Amino acid sequence: MRDVAVIGIGMTKWGELWKKSLRDIYVETALLALEDAGIDRIDSMYIGSMSSGLFVGQEHIASLLADYLGQLPVPATRVETACASGGLALRLGLMEVASGMSNIVLASGVEKMTDVGGDEATYALGTAADQEYEGYQGITFPGLYALIARAHMQKYGTTREQLAKVAVKNHHNGLKNPLAQYQFEITVEAVLNSVKVADPLNILDCSPITDGAAAAIICPADMARKMGKPLIKVIGTGHATDTIQISQRKDMTWLEATYQAAKQAYAMADKKPEDIDLIEVHDCFTIAEICVTEALGIVDKGKGGEAVEAGLTAMEGKIPVNTSGGLKSKGHPVGATGIAQVVEVTKQLRGEAGERQVKDARVGMTQNMGGSGGSSVVHILERE
Amino acid sequence: MSTPSRYWREIPQRYRLEANKCNRCELTFFPPRLLCPECKNRKLEKSKLTEKGKVITYTIIRVPPAQFSDQAPYAVGIIELEDGVRLTGQIVDCAFEDIKIGMKVKLEFRKLFEEGHAGILCYGYKFVPHGE
Ligand SMILES: [Zn+2]
Repeated sequence: MRDVAVIGIGMTKWGELWKKSLRDIYVETALLALEDAGIDRIDSMYIGSMSSGLFVGQEHIASLLADYLGQLPVPATRVETACASGGLALRLGLMEVASGMSNIVLASGVEKMTDVGGDEATYALGTAADQEYEGYQGITFPGLYALIARAHMQKYGTTREQLAKVAVKNHHNGLKNPLAQYQFEITVEAVLNSVKVADPLNILDCSPITDGAAAAIICPADMARKMGKPLIKVIGTGHATDTIQISQRKDMTWLEATYQAAKQAYAMADKKPEDIDLIEVHDCFTIAEICVTEALGIVDKGKGGEAVEAGLTAMEGKIPVNTSGGLKSKGHPVGATGIAQVVEVTKQLRGEAGERQVKDARVGMTQNMGGSGGSSVVHILERE
Repeated sequence: MSTPSRYWREIPQRYRLEANKCNRCELTFFPPRLLCPECKNRKLEKSKLTEKGKVITYTIIRVPPAQFSDQAPYAVGIIELEDGVRLTGQIVDCAFEDIKIGMKVKLEFRKLFEEGHAGILCYGYKFVPHGE
């Protein structure tokens, strides 16, 4: 396998982009990545999109977007594994470059979520759960994570305040990310007093509905070296699955797919949790970040709540988690999220993260999760 | 809206709790599976779920999906039945503050929701408290 590097990244301001269509958002973002890489042709492209069919009534978007990006007739592939679609797009692009089948690949993701109303968006997101045995009973996505949260609180004594502190931390980080959807601070009190969605989770425990895209250009490391940019290599990848119904897992507080994906990525990269300088994780709900930090092995099982309370995962902590603001503050256009994590880690490793720069960041990790944890994709990147 | 066949197909599970089991692994599957994921055994036997169990986690849904909007807020939990099978379902006929992890419940057949105007009335199981 060939070593692979990220040579271009692109992301525009996320939010409720009423004036822009899916194709507008995507092309603007992908062009930024091409410009950043200093190229205008690619060999192949992957697009993570959870549900363009339900959100904008458009399938077959891979060809559509290849066309509007001016890249016909390159092979273009849409990738779907719910909210982990973006992470998987990078993994598939990585395989294509590492194998030698292609040299320059665009790994990207997009979701246009505000062309439908709240009920339709809730429905579209809900299709990531088991429709016959979870959706049929009236559960929602916040509801599924609420079930995990309650079980985690019962088993490990995780507190309501600890959950709130995840959101407070991520909003604090997002304040320094000009591309974030929500650039404002929140307090623990504000989270605790916000509207109840699915007890014990409130609205400020939840990531928002967002329009946005993210893009990364990858190529063989040898080719990247000649371009004279900081060499950011993708040194580990992992992808694993679990039951999509949380009730069917042996331990509902444990994200086995994330654990398995991380295990693969650590092994491939020859790294351990203590080698990682920063991590972007899938905090679709506050409890998710707590469970993910445990599954990635950066804290012990059951200690995720205590870790955030102690500031271990804060910007100035031992291992900063979600310097971008995470899904909570940056926004969560589902198919784009996994690639946006790679954009953030690449910026950090290049030393281009501005006010939120982690000092001497050399190794970064991304963790992108589908549904309530039924799929998970992990990558490790390193600056050479 | 789906054709009625999607609803009809699930009736053995939703109305009659039909499951199957792997006698080698002593595991019960609901919905029934074509093979045991543990030992890959394809000779699974028909069985029926037990109807008593306990709450292992729960939430109160306050922002519901559209077809449940007239019911919110309502409680949904994960219930572990006596045969070890776990189900997601509503917990009804009790105050929210009385729901506790470990609470004993039993399955009852109820209407779950209506599929839009003049759509199918969708039935299935819900859980109710069941003393000692
Ligand atoms: Zn078996």
